[in-house]
Amino acid sequence: MKLHPVPVLKESPSQTAGPYVHIGMTPNFCGITGVIDADPGISMLTADAEGERIIITGRVIDGAGTPVNDAVLELWQADSKGSFVAPMAPNSNSVPAFTGWGRQPTQPDGTYRFETIKPGRVDGPDGRPMAPHVSLWIVARGINIGLQTRLYFADEAEANAADFVLNKIMDPRRRETLIARREEGPVPRYVLDIHLQGERETVFFDI
Amino acid sequence: MSGIILPGADGLLFQRDRDWHPPADTPGYKSSTFRAPRHSLLALGPTRSEMTGPTFGHEKLGELDNDLIRNFSQDGNEAIGQRMIVYGQVLDENARPVPHTLVEYWQANAGGRYRHKKEGYLAALDPNFGGFGRSITDENGFYHFRTVKPGAYPWPNGGNDWRPAHIHFSVFGHAFAQRLITQMYFEGDPMIWQCPIVATIPDKAAIDQLIARLDRHNTTPMDALAYRFDIVLRGRRSTMFENKLEGN
Repeated sequence: MKLHPVPVLKESPSQTAGPYVHIGMTPNFCGITGVIDADPGISMLTADAEGERIIITGRVIDGAGTPVNDAVLELWQADSKGSFVAPMAPNSNSVPAFTGWGRQPTQPDGTYRFETIKPGRVDGPDGRPMAPHVSLWIVARGINIGLQTRLYFADEAEANAADFVLNKIMDPRRRETLIARREEGPVPRYVLDIHLQGERETVFFDI
Repeated sequence: MSGIILPGADGLLFQRDRDWHPPADTPGYKSSTFRAPRHSLLALGPTRSEMTGPTFGHEKLGELDNDLIRNFSQDGNEAIGQRMIVYGQVLDENARPVPHTLVEYWQANAGGRYRHKKEGYLAALDPNFGGFGRSITDENGFYHFRTVKPGAYPWPNGGNDWRPAHIHFSVFGHAFAQRLITQMYFEGDPMIWQCPIVATIPDKAAIDQLIARLDRHNTTPMDALAYRFDIVLRGRRSTMFENKLEGN
């Protein structure tokens, strides 16, 4: 029998990132230059990264159908072999070929865009591999606590059908809100709009 | 210490107490109206995808990254305003320090004006203040930075709503599921209790957690006041073993 201690502190409550989130998270993007060289997470990989280059893109749209132009998205994913980048040693200054973590602002038209590689499969809690996916976290004015979701890949239909998380979504139509369509090109694009609210509301998780 | 029996759940995060956080839809804060999901969140125990997360090396930070008084200014000039040090400890729910994690912060200038093209407040920009900085916590979970006290400012919500002086914080922890954004307020500010964004938090005890305390012991004499602001991230369940916590 294992006993777990009860928590002794409460998590700090969340507050909205507010309308000026880009100042703090993507300062160069909003014109605050000279403080840091590059916005954190803007680039996720170097030329040495292994795996299929892809672009993950789409729009963030609110319940009135208006593009959300003041959001920040963060992405966390496994590498092409299904491993997460190991924690960096303190004081390390090496740039890994693939970081697994990206951060992008939405543009004036509500578009987000990550240049990354297609992730491999990661074992799920049931011991079977989950379908390839990336984790997303969305903050903006009007969002009181960061929204957690996932993006899956339409060309992985077989893996998606057996995925531990997708199968927790009872309504198959809602499952579709997490599956990005593939568009061929010099670099393949996976496209998924994120609907904060409305008929096509994205599935968000309590993780 | 009391405990609960949860075989096989070692190392998972404690469930997030959604009643402690603001709900998604908060009519008093109008921006939430069209941005709040209407469906219930789908409960999902963290998988490896959320129990892992990005880490950041110390040396990637610049020397002035945690000095908002000087990090944007040119020619050695300094930002205008009440000089102060903000510091604190990042802990988890087990009261254990969270070392080597990235803490980012941003704020308005001393007049309450943000350096942003959408900002509509007529207070003056300070040419020597950008309003952004960052730290990595030390081995005991502490961060600190130097800045000027942000001003209060009016904002379009109700007819005459004002934000209390505040600093925005973004904290990572060591798992993507610990990711947190919040705001820090200042002890003794009566405007805290009139703010529709503060009021999105249902419990006064939770709001108190976001109020930094004036700390006379850490002031820099003839230079800067000090405020202490501790931040708590979600913690992991750990197995009790001979009164010691194992793992994580």
